[in-house]
Amino acid sequence: MFLINCPFCGEREQSEFKAGGEAYLERPKQPTELSDDEWAEFLFMRKNIKGVQFERWNHAHGCRKWFNIARDTSNDQIKAVYKMGEKPPVK
Amino acid sequence: MKNKYSIFSLIKNAFSYHENWEKAWKDPEPKKEYDAIIVGGGGHGLATAYYLAKKHNLKNIAVVEKGWIGGGNTGRNTTIIRSNYLWDASAGLYDHALKIWEGLSQELNYNVMFSQRGVMNLAHNLQDVRDLKRRTHANRLNGIDAVYLNTEEVKKFCPIINTSQDIRYPVLGGTLQKRAGTARHDAVAWGYARGADEMGVDIIQNCEVKGIKRNGDTVEGIETTKGFIKTKKIGVVAAGHSSVIANMAGLKLPLESKPLQALVSEPVKPIIDTVVMSNAVHAYVSQSDKGELVIGAGTDDYISYSQKGSHDIVEGTLNAILELYPIFSRMRMLRQWGGIVDICPDASPIISKTSIKGLYFNCGWGTGGFKATPGSGDLFAHTIANDEPHKLNAAFNLNRFVSGDLVDEHGAAAVAH
Repeated sequence: MFLINCPFCGEREQSEFKAGGEAYLERPKQPTELSDDEWAEFLFMRKNIKGVQFERWNHAHGCRKWFNIARDTSNDQIKAVYKMGEKPPVK
Repeated sequence: MKNKYSIFSLIKNAFSYHENWEKAWKDPEPKKEYDAIIVGGGGHGLATAYYLAKKHNLKNIAVVEKGWIGGGNTGRNTTIIRSNYLWDASAGLYDHALKIWEGLSQELNYNVMFSQRGVMNLAHNLQDVRDLKRRTHANRLNGIDAVYLNTEEVKKFCPIINTSQDIRYPVLGGTLQKRAGTARHDAVAWGYARGADEMGVDIIQNCEVKGIKRNGDTVEGIETTKGFIKTKKIGVVAAGHSSVIANMAGLKLPLESKPLQALVSEPVKPIIDTVVMSNAVHAYVSQSDKGELVIGAGTDDYISYSQKGSHDIVEGTLNAILELYPIFSRMRMLRQWGGIVDICPDASPIISKTSIKGLYFNCGWGTGGFKATPGSGDLFAHTIANDEPHKLNAAFNLNRFVSGDLVDEHGAAAVAH
């Protein structure tokens, strides 16, 4: 359990938010060209990092906007919160 | 040869105040080379080593464990054992395990306190009723015992359940698997460790894997906190940390590691003599032999290795428990904890070879791996020894995420994942 500083609403409890998983998984530009291996990579394979991970979150019970978080998954400490489209301010 | 545990050894040792029991397993330093190394000294890893030595005649085996054996998720789960899964592949896998459970204490000469007290799954809405009836039929076609119970029969089997139709999610029925039940989780790890040690397996504790050495597409050994150990075969059974080990070998797995919580109450006199699970409201409860209520909560939806879950998850589970069992309203909770579970997109495990020769993974058990411990070890040992899966774990390969041939137990099994 931790607090998340929503870039639009401010600091709220994590239970107000919905985790959207690993960030920067780019949707294939040419889906018809993709091999089964490439589809598996996009759909299922995850880094599942123990350490600082970039991820997407949605303020589901608040402003309902999406944004990015850099969070250390080994201790749940949030390193940075930034808006969609912005560059990650750490690492 | 180890001394057999029996009533006579108990009496004999009583005369020396139980101070001269022989050690159940040694605590060796690693050798330079092994024929096979199992990474992870939980129930699944120790069972794998045990069956590799027992059934596949491999003797030069090591189990490396970063902490102490059975100190991870083996000691954190809620000890439920059942095999009432919907799909044929899952039914085969879990019932294989259940059949081994039935004779495990005798086989290991170690009391794993396997108790076939039955597992009941409740239905709270019409779709639950349809799903549970369908699963009952599927189970019976696969030779797994299952019966559907109406509300009165549920009440008769477990009288403390609130079957009033006025509650938010009334009990409309349920299924019962009588062969299902619980076991003592620590004893499973200890029993397999003792059995494996007797056959010459080195159980190396406080030995964390730091890297996997490869020569092209073949493994050569592991780097550990106790130095480099050479081997041709590595079986990884690292539960929540499977992705961490996979990343060391340059592999990606279809896993997400999330906290799963459980809690126990203060001990009370026997009040619930079965296991009751509820998928829809996510509450399940049983009572340990010490008298504690053992309650399983759900997973958090974010990736974390912190072994701490969110308070609202526990709160939600306890809300449901209180509505279903008003008698527990003044129970105090004694302990609460979280373990990290590795969840596959289809909520089914992976027992598989990989693209790297000599590297095998047994992972993705998610929220329900304990029940499969003996079967998982047996089938993983087969896969490692023969470099080919057994027919019972053939469906649980890594390639299913490429082929699309998933074993989709999400929501279809008896409890939500």
